[in-house]
Amino acid sequence: MTKKLSKKLIESASQTAGPYVHIGLTPNFTGIRKVYKEDLGKNLKPASGDVITISGFVHDGAGALVRDCLLEFTQADDNGKTRLAKVGSNGFSGFNRVPIDLKKGSYKLETIKPGRVKAPDGSPQAPHITVWIVARGVNIGLHTRIYFDDEMEANKVDPVLDLVPKARRSTLIAKSTGKNKYQLDFRLQGENETVFFDV
Amino acid sequence: MSETKGKEIKTGDVFAPRDREMHPKPYFPAYKSSIYRSPKKKLIMIPQSASELSGPVFGHDMFGNLDNDMIHNFARAGKSAIGERIIVHGKVYDELGRGVPKCLIEVWQANAGGRYRHVNEKYIAPLDPDFGGCARMLTDNEGHYQFTTIRPGPYPWPNGPNDWRPAHIHFSLFGHSFAQRLITQMYFEGDPLIPLCPIVKTINDNKAVQRLVSKLDMDSAKPMDSLAYRFDIVLRGANSTLFENRLEGN
Repeated sequence: MTKKLSKKLIESASQTAGPYVHIGLTPNFTGIRKVYKEDLGKNLKPASGDVITISGFVHDGAGALVRDCLLEFTQADDNGKTRLAKVGSNGFSGFNRVPIDLKKGSYKLETIKPGRVKAPDGSPQAPHITVWIVARGVNIGLHTRIYFDDEMEANKVDPVLDLVPKARRSTLIAKSTGKNKYQLDFRLQGENETVFFDV
Repeated sequence: MSETKGKEIKTGDVFAPRDREMHPKPYFPAYKSSIYRSPKKKLIMIPQSASELSGPVFGHDMFGNLDNDMIHNFARAGKSAIGERIIVHGKVYDELGRGVPKCLIEVWQANAGGRYRHVNEKYIAPLDPDFGGCARMLTDNEGHYQFTTIRPGPYPWPNGPNDWRPAHIHFSLFGHSFAQRLITQMYFEGDPLIPLCPIVKTINDNKAVQRLVSKLDMDSAKPMDSLAYRFDIVLRGANSTLFENRLEGN
């Protein structure tokens, strides 16, 4: 059962999600309320774990807020388990989809603090949430991660952070701003540009 | 990256790296919005752990009966959306040629006049009171999908002095792993606006563009009812049995 298969087809090319990505992915948020009962990736109900809030802004290379983007987050449960409940069920799916608040221009993710997912070599990674950003002007979705500044011991030995130049690591680490509250901005371009990954 | 240490997940033999030559360049000044929204630093390649190899799972129970029917899912009782009625269908493959079952596809589009139902939309074409513009579905066990809609209109957009988008439908796909996540757009065979569009031109490879163009499919048309277009999509595939095993376990 270790045969290698070779590529036969070529991945379809990405295209920008455009300015109206919310019509397709969070229609209720954008006022189209007659089609789906609720938007996907809301109302997570974790069985256990610390409920946390992460918030921040998305900035472009000219310093403007990116208001028309959509963020998706996936994560492990508090035990580091990644095979989780179905989206839309009562269980914790580990998936969250968050549009930018149109008035404030910020995002807010309410979830639980993830546990430690094993790296490919079996060692534990630091707690993290994977992030995917799409928007008008973003031609292919951007992958990044959120780590936590109160997990510095784990962060020190995290194999992914280890691949990131030290000066840029802070772009991935959410700052604690109170009990179970964190803050992290994403910068698509320019000074302190967020580290994006080829996964 | 040594194989001898791997117990939970073997490394090195999961997804091949994305071939970015087949994807749009992030920075493409003719598409103005990309100028300040394109990262300048190189992407950092990371080993694929369960964080990248797993992804959300979607069940049939979240779907309503009209979720894959844009002609009716926003329409008033007894009404239907205005426009050319079409069936869009196809198959989702991975790069190894296998169908991708239970793949969530979400689609959205403008109405027949090229107008989106969105608060920021400024185009003079009118809204259709019976058209919302979104649909979703899961692929079947072989990777097939189908939805009904009206053919969206082309529309002008503020970019160059006279830029028009070809008729298109936005597609969002999940696959089974966050590494497969993809958003793209489907175009229509024979649309003369395709080669003029700056967003299409972000893709530097004409064959890659052609793969985003759906084909008229008369065999699937419904006589006296709807034309049909076929659009197949390819997601990344894992080149080891590890990923197959994980799928079977779902």
